[in-house]
Amino acid sequence: MNYAASPVLVPQLPLWRSRLLLALIAGGFVVLACRAVYLQGLNNDFLQQKGESRYSRVLEISANRGRITDRHGEALAISTPVKSVWAIPEEVQYSSQQRAKLAALLELPPQEIDKRLNEATSFVYLKRQIPPEVAERVNELRIAGLFQNREYRRYYPGGEVMAHMLGFTGASDTGQEGIELAFQSTLAGKPGSRRVIKDRMGQIVEDMESIREAQNGRDLALALDAKLQNLAFSQLKLAVETNKARAGAIVVLDAKTGEVLALANLPTYNPNNRSRLSGAQLRNRVITDTFEPGSTLKPFTVALAMELGKITSESMIATASGSFAIGKATIHDAHRFGDMSVTQVIQRSSNVGAAKIALGLPAAAMWGMFDQVGFGSVPRLGFPGEAGGKLRAYQSWRPIEQATMAYGHGISVSLLQLARAYSIFARDGELMPLSLLRVDAPLAGRQVISPDTARKLRDMLELAVQPGGTAPKARVMGYRVAGKTGTAHKEENGGYAAHKYVSSFVGLAPASDPRLVIAVMLDEPSAGQYYGGAVAAPVFSAVMGGALRMLGVPPDAPLKPLELPPEGSEIKEGV
Amino acid sequence: MARINLILVFALTACALGLVTSQHQARKLFAELEREQERAKQLDVEWGQLQLEQSTWAMHARVEKIARERLRMSVPDARRTQVVMPAAAVGESPGGRR
Repeated sequence: MNYAASPVLVPQLPLWRSRLLLALIAGGFVVLACRAVYLQGLNNDFLQQKGESRYSRVLEISANRGRITDRHGEALAISTPVKSVWAIPEEVQYSSQQRAKLAALLELPPQEIDKRLNEATSFVYLKRQIPPEVAERVNELRIAGLFQNREYRRYYPGGEVMAHMLGFTGASDTGQEGIELAFQSTLAGKPGSRRVIKDRMGQIVEDMESIREAQNGRDLALALDAKLQNLAFSQLKLAVETNKARAGAIVVLDAKTGEVLALANLPTYNPNNRSRLSGAQLRNRVITDTFEPGSTLKPFTVALAMELGKITSESMIATASGSFAIGKATIHDAHRFGDMSVTQVIQRSSNVGAAKIALGLPAAAMWGMFDQVGFGSVPRLGFPGEAGGKLRAYQSWRPIEQATMAYGHGISVSLLQLARAYSIFARDGELMPLSLLRVDAPLAGRQVISPDTARKLRDMLELAVQPGGTAPKARVMGYRVAGKTGTAHKEENGGYAAHKYVSSFVGLAPASDPRLVIAVMLDEPSAGQYYGGAVAAPVFSAVMGGALRMLGVPPDAPLKPLELPPEGSEIKEGV
Repeated sequence: MARINLILVFALTACALGLVTSQHQARKLFAELEREQERAKQLDVEWGQLQLEQSTWAMHARVEKIARERLRMSVPDARRTQVVMPAAAVGESPGGRR
């Protein structure tokens, strides 16, 4: 008998049961399919994100800060990576041996480390900006809870010599002073990031996308000449030390292009080690400080009077008495020479002469002259803290003020403004625009006085450095030099201090075709001498001589050794 | 029919294996590229450090000091220097000829 044909096995179940089961299972599949469609097609962001976070990582791409070089490409500031060690205080666990080693590596006293790790924060820097080699050794101590991150540190091989020009950057590699701050946006790099796939070992196996390209900062070529800067700095330092001056400043301009070739200040600081910095060290006296310039302003008054046709270089000025009363005040000269020609007023730096010439001029014209050569307005170099100086509106001038302004009192300027103003004598009446960066094509200047007047003034200024002038010590062998001394009482508590002076000298050379303008200023020389001709002129001479030789400027005067008059015999200017 | 299917199965397996190998190769090469790029960055950093070192050694103040003190050199007197102008410029600046 056939097994299958057994009547016992004939299905007795009702058909609906199997149908129901089938429907339920089918229904379950439909629900699953719908869910799958929902998760994978309609609302897939969440899962995708979860999945990606298992293997993809966003990496930061660091960008370098641009280098600063001098005009010949010599590196003046370079960023290089360093490490910073930080900790999560709660998680730090170390043995006393490890602590001692850590303290030695970080050059911190062990108590200091304890103190920092006991702070109630979740993040504390133990030491920032340590060299990568040291960081590597800290890493080898394998202390839990201690981490490192990469930072950039800026190094300045020039140190104190270039400090004021370059400035420095802060801990996060952003500019804080000087060029670093002025050109922050050019120098700063923009860090980028990219998404990659990493495997279990942490190795990158695939590049997914570049989120943002890293952009390195651009390099900056300054107008500065490192060799010249060093010369200017060392001569200034020598002068500040021998004259026991409180401070000193010097600026060297290229008369052809308006570039700032050197700029130095004392006291200075080392930008690589900025602990214990004082405000006096940080001050950039050339650009951000103003002072009453004294006699160095006389040529401008004389130039204006000549432009207006009031005087010629031979006109005689009645200076015989050596003093001149205006209202209640009296102006004095240091010496009496009898009546002087306009040329002699400049050569011997007569206050009475300059005052008398000034009083023959309209106040508005005099103000216009000062304004046109840039006094009283900020030079707009982009340098942080540029000073504009003080030049009051001419409507408020009293005659005595107009007279004192002729010889540089009652008006204040920065050394940079003064040097730039002298470019009108160096460039036949043209005021040049200044540049901190190297320029390839000289910019156009602005004509302030006629070429004829400028040349006549240059001749007068040349006489001022000859024997019989105020600054024979400013002469340079082999070159014709033109310049003017300035000696001014310092302003203190609203009046003038009796025995505190600012001595300065501004000059240009070679006089036949000026190439450089140099301005020197010494603050409170206190070793006996204080006249600009005795204190500032020798600095000018040394720097000008060296600079012209370095630049290969042909001599325009016979190369005879200079005979300096005996000490202290130069004509004293009126103070 | 069965034969074609068999051939296709073999071809598919071969392709799949090829894909795996080439993917592996690609990843290996990529890792190498990464390493080289990292090395390039390292070298760049080193270059910066060397430049720094160079300019520190070549500081004018230092060079001058060594020249003066160790090598006993001095700046020549202006009387003992002669400025030679390039041929084209001689006519323009009479100061240059002596």
